Amino acid sequence: MGGFPILSVMLLVPLLAGIACLFVEAKAARTIALAATLVDLALGIALWLNFDIGGAQWQFTERAPIFAGFNYALGIDGIAMLLIVLSVFLMPICILASQSIEKRVGEYMAAFLFMEVLMIGVFAAQDLFLFYIFFEAGLIPMYLIIGIWGGQNRIYASYKFFLYTLLGSVLMLIAMLWMVNEAGTTDIPTLMQYDFPAGAQTWLWLAFFASFAVKMPMWPVHTWLPDAHVQAPTAGSVILAGVLLKMGGYGFIRFSLPMFPEASAQFVWLIWGLSMAAVVITSLIALVQQDMKKLIAYSSVAHMAIVTVGLFAFNVQGLEGAMIVMLSHGLVSGALFLCVGVIYDRLHTREIDRYGGLAINMPKYALFFLLFTMASIGLPGTSGFVGEFLSLAGIYQANTWVTLVCATGIILGAGYMLYLYWRIAFGVQKNADAAAMPDLSLREWLMLAPIAAAVLWMGVYPESFLAPMRQDIAALDARLSRAAPEGDAHLVAGTPRAEAANAVGGTHSVGHGEAEGAH
Amino acid sequence: MQSILLIVFLPLLAAIVVGLGNRALGNTVAKSLTTGALFVSCALSWPIFLGFIGGTAEAQVVPVLQWVQSGALSFDWALRVDTLTAVMLVVITSVSALVHLYSWGYMDEDPDQPRFFAYLSLFTFAMLMLVTADNLVQMFFGWEGVGLASYLLIGFWFKKPSANKAAIKAFVVNRVGDLGFMLGIFGTFLVFQTTSIPEILAAAPGMSGSSIGFLGMRLQTMDVLCILLFIGAMGKSAQLGLHTWLPDAMEGPTPVSALIHAATMVTAGVFMVCRLSPMFETAPVALGMVTFIGAATCFFAATIGTTQWDIKRVIAYSTCSQLGYMFFAAGVGAYGAAMFHLFTHAFFKALLFLGAGSVIHAMHHEQDMRYYGALRKHIPFTFWAMMAGTLAITGVGVYWLHAGFAGFHSKDAILEVAFARGTSLGTFAFWMGAIAALLTSFYSWRLMFLTFWGKPRWADSEHIQHAVHGQHENPDEEHGHAAAPDLHPHEGTAGYHPHESPLTMLVPLGLLTLGAVLAGWVFSHAFLDDPAFWGDSIFYNEALVHQMHAVPLWVKLTATIVMLLGLFGAWLAYIRDTSIPGKFVEQFSLVHNFVYRKWYFDELYDLIFVRPAFWLGRQFWKRGDVGLIDRFGPDGAAWVVAKGSVAAKKVQSGYLYSYALVMLLGLVAAVTWVLM
Repeated sequence: MGGFPILSVMLLVPLLAGIACLFVEAKAARTIALAATLVDLALGIALWLNFDIGGAQWQFTERAPIFAGFNYALGIDGIAMLLIVLSVFLMPICILASQSIEKRVGEYMAAFLFMEVLMIGVFAAQDLFLFYIFFEAGLIPMYLIIGIWGGQNRIYASYKFFLYTLLGSVLMLIAMLWMVNEAGTTDIPTLMQYDFPAGAQTWLWLAFFASFAVKMPMWPVHTWLPDAHVQAPTAGSVILAGVLLKMGGYGFIRFSLPMFPEASAQFVWLIWGLSMAAVVITSLIALVQQDMKKLIAYSSVAHMAIVTVGLFAFNVQGLEGAMIVMLSHGLVSGALFLCVGVIYDRLHTREIDRYGGLAINMPKYALFFLLFTMASIGLPGTSGFVGEFLSLAGIYQANTWVTLVCATGIILGAGYMLYLYWRIAFGVQKNADAAAMPDLSLREWLMLAPIAAAVLWMGVYPESFLAPMRQDIAALDARLSRAAPEGDAHLVAGTPRAEAANAVGGTHSVGHGEAEGAH
Repeated sequence: MQSILLIVFLPLLAAIVVGLGNRALGNTVAKSLTTGALFVSCALSWPIFLGFIGGTAEAQVVPVLQWVQSGALSFDWALRVDTLTAVMLVVITSVSALVHLYSWGYMDEDPDQPRFFAYLSLFTFAMLMLVTADNLVQMFFGWEGVGLASYLLIGFWFKKPSANKAAIKAFVVNRVGDLGFMLGIFGTFLVFQTTSIPEILAAAPGMSGSSIGFLGMRLQTMDVLCILLFIGAMGKSAQLGLHTWLPDAMEGPTPVSALIHAATMVTAGVFMVCRLSPMFETAPVALGMVTFIGAATCFFAATIGTTQWDIKRVIAYSTCSQLGYMFFAAGVGAYGAAMFHLFTHAFFKALLFLGAGSVIHAMHHEQDMRYYGALRKHIPFTFWAMMAGTLAITGVGVYWLHAGFAGFHSKDAILEVAFARGTSLGTFAFWMGAIAALLTSFYSWRLMFLTFWGKPRWADSEHIQHAVHGQHENPDEEHGHAAAPDLHPHEGTAGYHPHESPLTMLVPLGLLTLGAVLAGWVFSHAFLDDPAFWGDSIFYNEALVHQMHAVPLWVKLTATIVMLLGLFGAWLAYIRDTSIPGKFVEQFSLVHNFVYRKWYFDELYDLIFVRPAFWLGRQFWKRGDVGLIDRFGPDGAAWVVAKGSVAAKKVQSGYLYSYALVMLLGLVAAVTWVLM
């Protein structure tokens, strides 16, 4: 693909289609949106296939100075490539899921297409300020999607969403301005190699943290998420959970960790503490939810905490695990919100108790829902397991307490998800209207089946997803190694026992290692 | 030995085809496909096993697919076949094939048969992946996979709240164990930089003296790792503390109980300890724990077994108890004996469960033994099969002839080896095992006497009355009765005639009977006394085996004596004078209640885990998120900024686009200023 500006084209296609959607009537807008997102999906696949694993760190680069050192600079590494592919994969599914939208369809489709432009832009930007624009502007279409096409309490939700996410961005902008002044460049790859003074790192790290923690979201700045999800239309929830939540994790992996390694190590207990709190608290909250979307939203917070502990484990397993959790969560929670949407479209309620026994009248639906439930609770063979396992394996090398507390998520997660599944799909058909709902239509099947395939693929053969980012993670790990906190294992060798524990008859030469106390 | 690929993946293929095809395939096609796949797997498994018995087969690993490679942590899909695996292969595929066949008859009236058979085959696949694992992570895959299948099958009749509760309980309690397993894998990787089982076992002795930090403590490395892994085993094998899910799992259809909750899945923990036996042998504290937990469980579960009325629950507690034997055998270093008991137990316990299923089938889904009685003549084939199972589990045999039913060979060996081990824990295990053997004999014969002897007490059973009055009952109404210790049904048949089960159910019973009678006698030498048979697949302690054979005569006869005592007690109380149990309960009501209520474990866990979890969830939500964070966060901000809603109203007028433009211009200005 030498010379072909594929990233720019991927930005341009949805941009133009979005503008077009503003001026045509509903049916045409739907068609244009679907076509544009499918074209972008095709381009995304081309991007993946042409990505040279083991080649240059930054590929598909484009650069055009605009003015005064402010550059239009695009380029991706393996990490960004995977997140872009996730975004373009989910977009056509979102368009398909928006069939029940009837209000201002053209503008709705336009909002989604602009959203896609901004999402790809965030992951592809190589210029600090270009990144900032994409990162913050992403708020606007999502704000509109919730505020205009949302549920009854949409104004409150969109306001909360905006207030929270705006809070961090101001601080981040100030930090960026300082950084550019200090380093004399806006080029992200250069900044990733730049060693900021340790004292300044602390403040820069905190400023970025303010923004990323909200986007993630980390406890306790997560309360915008349940409301936003509950009020957002189905496709909005999918994009929110699938891609927007990944921007926080991407921010950590692209900025906080490589640019401020010392500060990252310094604040490691802040991250760990908040993550542990998130896993336990939000999992318990998920257990008592009566609203399907709220339950899944809270479970997202718990899952994102696994991402943050993985990232701040400072080793390859943790980083790769965090990335796989992000990709997996993007698919699985997106699919779970689609599953909610499927029955919401039929019954117009998110209240769990209004359903029950759906396995009887909607067996295909129940099967998909089961698969995604299992992926959500990290059953081996699904994508959820690979990420969770690697993340926790990573953090175990750093701290066993954090691992133990975060791993309780696998128990609590099983609790709230299976409890949900029971109340939705199993049990008796206690409501006649729920019992009369038809099974998946072809359109709905087409939405869920590709995600199901991806979830299993990532679970059985994650190498496809690990390989592209291996080199980038290794580079990051190398950069972090100078600051990485020491693990709490402190393995101390001793004199091996001469005999097996249950040796009998022979002479008992007791070889208990007495080499304790070296620490 | 590429046949292992077929053995493992045929059941998966069948499960996928039947599961996705579901009702479109039709019952017969679905049943034939799954059952056929299992019989092929079974037919391919036996030659492998016999190859190891004959000494012609060699251990090997068949690679399948790369799985995960992340830095130094890498593990692949691969199928390992050695002696230990071969033993499990025949157990799993044989019992599974027979249970598939049995289910043709048992599930005949169920409207959801394809789903049932797909689940059964899926389970078999996961279990096979577990036992063929060459690394800890694939073992964990199988581990969780069987957990999924178990969840689905316990909750198969998903309309019943009790089935759903039991299914979730099984999954969640198992996850507690899995947490330990996972931490064990992480720790193992940290120490050995690999998850490959052969590499870990080879390196384990070298680490035996080392120490490691764990949760702020400094502990012996190998003990920490083995205890963590053993916590996983405790969950899956329902050992004391994590056992509460197993009795409730009886909510599943009876063939499921036979396959998953008796013969195969619950033995996975024992398999794990044996598979990792060279590693456990470097961890004396962990082995002490294995011995203690096993011994305590075998006694504890047996006490409960003596008081239950639901025929399946009695057998469930019996399973729990027998697993305890296997664990303490492993704990004292007799891995061969543990595996031998696993092997024989699979046959006779599956037989007992399927026999119970046949009784339940004959009694129109009645499970309460108080409504049974006098069934001997009505269902003679089932009676004789159950009799063989009872003789096997109670360990009937003649020491001087070295001949007896399956349990005689395996259980006696375990008691002897525990005694021979000579440590105080070993002796403790021996006595616990001996008492439990007495209780085993008592509850097993109690079950037989209540079911097959005496006068019919069917008249008051609701199920029987439904049958007599021609009301159709779906099998999903199979359930136990709410605990009512003082129930005294009247005698009488209510005109009901129990019928013997169809041939599809009787053939598996017959074949398993063969196993219950012969498995001990035929395979005793290989499992117990033949180091060549085991090869490197387990830690074989030859010195201990010699000591086992050298125990005093009274030790060797203990099992037989307590078996006779138990039989005598049961005969006294349930045949000779049936008023004895009632009097006993009256006299010792406190003790009886404690045991009947299962030592109050469920109540305790409900009080300290389940209720607090929901309570905390509500508090964190209403008081934390809403009352604290929102109140002083965004809502407070809204109040300060004043009337957020006024601003928000402008959303639809494109106000936001103006904001975007302003932001962009401001940014450009700021950047320009900085860069200039």
